[in-house]
Amino acid sequence: MTPPPGSLLAAQDLHKAYGATKALDGAEFSIHPGEVVAVMGPSGSGKSTLLHCLAGIVVPDSGSITYDGRELATMSDAQRSALRRNEFGFVFQFGQLVPELTCVENVALPLRLSGTSRKEAERAALTWMERLEVEDVAGQRPGEVSGGQGQRVAVARALVTRPRVIFADEPTGALDSLNGERVMELFTDAARSTNAAVVLVTHEARVAAYSDREIVVRDGKSRDMERAL
Amino acid sequence: MSAGAGVRPWARDLSLGVRFAVTGGREGWVRLVLTAVGVGLGVALLLLATAVPNALAERHRREEARLDHTYSEHVRPKADNTLLIADVDTTFRDKNVLGRLVEPEGPDAPLAPGLTRYPAPGEMVVSPALKRLLDSGDGELLRERLPYRVVGTIGEQGLIGSQELAYYAGTRDLEQHLDGWQVGRITEFGPQERTKETWDPVLLLLVLVMFVVLLTPVAVFIATAVRFGGERRDRRLAALRLVGADSHMTRRIAAGEALASSLLGLVAGAVLFLLGRQIAGQVEVADISVFPGYLDPSPALAALVVVAVPAASVLVTLLALRGVVIEPLGVVRTSKPARRRLWWRLLTPAVGLALLLPMVGQGRDHGNFNQYAVIGGVLLLLAGVTALLPWVVETVVARLGRGPVSWQLAVRRLQLSSGSAARMVNGIAVAVAGAIALQMLFAGVEGGYREDTGLDLNQAEMQIRMSGDVPLDKAAAEFGATRGVREVVPLGQTVVADVHWRTDGGPDTTADLTVGTCAALRTMAKLPSCHDGDVFVATSTSGVSDTDPEQLVAPGRRLYVLDSNDSDRNRDVAWTVPEGLKKAVAIKAPDGWEHDGVLITPGALPTALAGTTVGQIYLSVDESVPDTYDRVRNTAARLDTFSSAQVWTSHRESREFRTIRTGLLVGAVCVLVLIGASLLVSQLEQLRERRRLLSTLVAFGTRRTTLSLSVLWQTAVPIGLGLLLAMTVGLALGAVLLEMTATPVYVDWASALTMTGIGAGVVVAVTLLSLPPLLRLMRPDGLRTE
Amino acid sequence: MSIGHIGHTLLGLLESGPRHGYDLKRAFDEKFGHDRPLHYGQVYSTMSRLLKNGLVEVDAIEAGGGPERKRYAITDAGITDVDRWLATPEKPEPYLQSTLYTKVVLALLTGRNAADILDTQRAEHLRSMRILTDRKRQGDLADQLICDHALFHLEADLRWLELTAARLGKLREAVAR
Repeated sequence: MTPPPGSLLAAQDLHKAYGATKALDGAEFSIHPGEVVAVMGPSGSGKSTLLHCLAGIVVPDSGSITYDGRELATMSDAQRSALRRNEFGFVFQFGQLVPELTCVENVALPLRLSGTSRKEAERAALTWMERLEVEDVAGQRPGEVSGGQGQRVAVARALVTRPRVIFADEPTGALDSLNGERVMELFTDAARSTNAAVVLVTHEARVAAYSDREIVVRDGKSRDMERAL
Repeated sequence: MSAGAGVRPWARDLSLGVRFAVTGGREGWVRLVLTAVGVGLGVALLLLATAVPNALAERHRREEARLDHTYSEHVRPKADNTLLIADVDTTFRDKNVLGRLVEPEGPDAPLAPGLTRYPAPGEMVVSPALKRLLDSGDGELLRERLPYRVVGTIGEQGLIGSQELAYYAGTRDLEQHLDGWQVGRITEFGPQERTKETWDPVLLLLVLVMFVVLLTPVAVFIATAVRFGGERRDRRLAALRLVGADSHMTRRIAAGEALASSLLGLVAGAVLFLLGRQIAGQVEVADISVFPGYLDPSPALAALVVVAVPAASVLVTLLALRGVVIEPLGVVRTSKPARRRLWWRLLTPAVGLALLLPMVGQGRDHGNFNQYAVIGGVLLLLAGVTALLPWVVETVVARLGRGPVSWQLAVRRLQLSSGSAARMVNGIAVAVAGAIALQMLFAGVEGGYREDTGLDLNQAEMQIRMSGDVPLDKAAAEFGATRGVREVVPLGQTVVADVHWRTDGGPDTTADLTVGTCAALRTMAKLPSCHDGDVFVATSTSGVSDTDPEQLVAPGRRLYVLDSNDSDRNRDVAWTVPEGLKKAVAIKAPDGWEHDGVLITPGALPTALAGTTVGQIYLSVDESVPDTYDRVRNTAARLDTFSSAQVWTSHRESREFRTIRTGLLVGAVCVLVLIGASLLVSQLEQLRERRRLLSTLVAFGTRRTTLSLSVLWQTAVPIGLGLLLAMTVGLALGAVLLEMTATPVYVDWASALTMTGIGAGVVVAVTLLSLPPLLRLMRPDGLRTE
Repeated sequence: MSIGHIGHTLLGLLESGPRHGYDLKRAFDEKFGHDRPLHYGQVYSTMSRLLKNGLVEVDAIEAGGGPERKRYAITDAGITDVDRWLATPEKPEPYLQSTLYTKVVLALLTGRNAADILDTQRAEHLRSMRILTDRKRQGDLADQLICDHALFHLEADLRWLELTAARLGKLREAVAR
């Protein structure tokens, strides 16, 4: 099987089992640069596992994942880590900010991990924090800011390396709808402005509405609704 | 709810806390067990410490009870109640063997402790440990040296340790060897005069300091152990607040939980102590072993432990909760804790120093040290470490910054919770500071504990002393035939004087007299030429004689040669210095001295002089041949039962010092391992709580090495600071203690660095041990939302 | 006689002052009529009904005649009516008869793939939601509130779709009985 032409990240026939539970059972996926794709489905359907596989965090039992023409399965752990560091960005539901570091240090962290100097990393971090309208909490620690601000700091952190793919797993799951939508707005705007692809795992239709198209995962199988129509 | 005073709410809430502690599910149990083991180890150590004085006293009593005083100016006459006894201690491998030859001279002869009757000639009774050794294949060489039939064992009363090697062998004709020194005639065992045991002031100081130094970290450790899992407990208390408990109640419930674990810890401690007591009977450290029965904690001290430990755990818990406000929705630490003030932290060690300083220069000649001032001073100085460390860690960590990501992560975490970091290493710091001070004190008091013996190991590695009854050439031949012996230098030695040795006050002028072959003599002096039959007078600028031997030893002069084998030391043989006396220059002999005086070749030795010398045989051996030393000892024993064999080393290290240093090292390592274990537990707990965060960091590509390094920094920075402070305080305390004993201050860098090295080793071990769980926690499973 | 939802709205708009029919239509379209602007005819017929009921009166007629030249003003009875209308809660829409439900049951009865029907519907719903979300992002607060109202309804439908999809097996059994 070959990935759909022009796709940046694509997966075919993914299988992954945790013990007896089949988390993925032949799932497929593809995304183009600049595209926002929602991965939907009931809880326990395998959405998060699909995201983890696509991001190279979890290695599938079988199936192929190609990113930019490269097969993830043949990469070493270090190579996949480097990929995540340099080409991918991540936003999770909660608990992702290092509580000891200030917000700006948190945002600067991925750049620092890739070897950027502290000063430069924090300058870039501040720019992104301004875009996400959280520059005023730069010096505060995550414990001292509101949930919505924290999520926006996390989004800024995901964007700071100008990744080509951003993985977001229920990024608004812990927020009320007003804050959640503000985060989604700023997030998708910023992602579109950098032409980054966004893999958005969510069970909320109103969050999925910020996507260009959606994929439904049910019992480990995926269904691309665009093609279904 | 129950803010009012009274016993009842206390009892209710404490018991509630106890119930929470034991019904907290699996996690609760893990926490309870961890705390109990921690407290238990501490309690066991405390109980052991309370038992040590008893053990030492008991050991001392038994040792004293079996004293056989063979030294006497005048030998008492034989009677119905006399016993002839000879001290024939030997060494097997590295272990001392207590050896006695006994010959009762009448029915009322005193019986040695632990014996029911004396063995007949050719038989012996042995200690259980010696019996085991002789029965095993290992003891074959020793069996050769003890050609007696084993007819019984020595009872516990006659031994000072379970692993002691000892025997009493029956013999006959001991009377002819009576010398009031190695062989004596006694009427009773035990000290000649029972005096009230008075401690040497310096020794008392040592013991006091040792107890304080070893027990302070245990106390610190117990304080840490009752705080295991504190954060989880705080959350539980917050949940209790939500259902209506007031803040007083939650504090009492927390105290109850601490009480439960410390009570369980007491039980665990008692069990560990009993186990340890049995194990203590099996092991031997530096030639010292004890019987389990010795280790009886004195009831008062044990009671103190039983009361103090739970009380302390409750107190520590209440103190720890002081800075915490438990709200129904969570735990709030008083947001900005007041800046740590320096003055009282400095005051603590300063007061400690002030207590000790007045005693500087007191030495051992000015009576006992004020015990309270010593304990107080040392305790305050060590407590100063605990007080200063949080300030030091906070101040230093606040200034740290630049560095790689791993460093940034660690430093930021430390900045946020420098207090808990300091608390974690407090135990180590106190232990190291105390150990360094103690070692310095021991080292100094022992005085030149590693002095140069002056022995020339190029010439010989062993020295055998034996009676002159054994012909030198026979001895030389026998030793030469012993496996592993390379070279034998047989010499006979005695002393000549200008007048009879019987003269009142003894002779004025004396010189050494040495008999030996030309080859043997050449190890002692430069001889121009040598043939059998020559007599030399050797001179030296730094010889052992008090006068110039050339003045005394002049041809034709009549001199008196001491019979060194005579017990009364006043029999002599007249000798006229022959014509044709040659001159020689003394050089450093194998024993490290320049023996000036008379050198005689066997051919020139008059028959009358033959029995006057004592044999001094120097052996050069091949140390690569196993058991050479013991084979040589066997040969020596065969030739002369009363001979002594010594193995030389170029440095002589005081045996006591070595023992104490080993003991201290073992103690310090135990304490440090204990603290390391608690460090590991809190480290793991912390990691578990950050599981999700760790997975996230890995998700966005953080290298595992970065996270591992940050864990290392997180432990290493506070411990490094702690060790630095510990070194400073330890060296200062050591210096003050040395000054108190009026001993020149000598910094024992080797042990200071060893201690800090062990401390650093604990850091590395804790980091290494927390790596596997860390790597496991970094797996993406942590991202899954349950 | 009922004056309907539009009637009450126009009446309410008159409360701020007398207006021409044309003004009324413009004000209505601006604030409420994003999807469906009013026809002049609708305004005319509604206003005449209100006149008949005495809820409005003609304030002035400008030269040139024609209904659109009339200026309407609200009467006291009209104000009372607006009061009453606003205070009366709307009856929640029960949606008990759903076409979608019928389709699903029919599919199950005829052995067609009901899950497909649900998925297709879901895709369609999401498409609408995307359009609304997009409009919301470009619009002002009023736009956002209107779109949110629709979005929440669509979301509710989607939840029903999810729930039904999860219970298709049981539904099949029930239908087959």
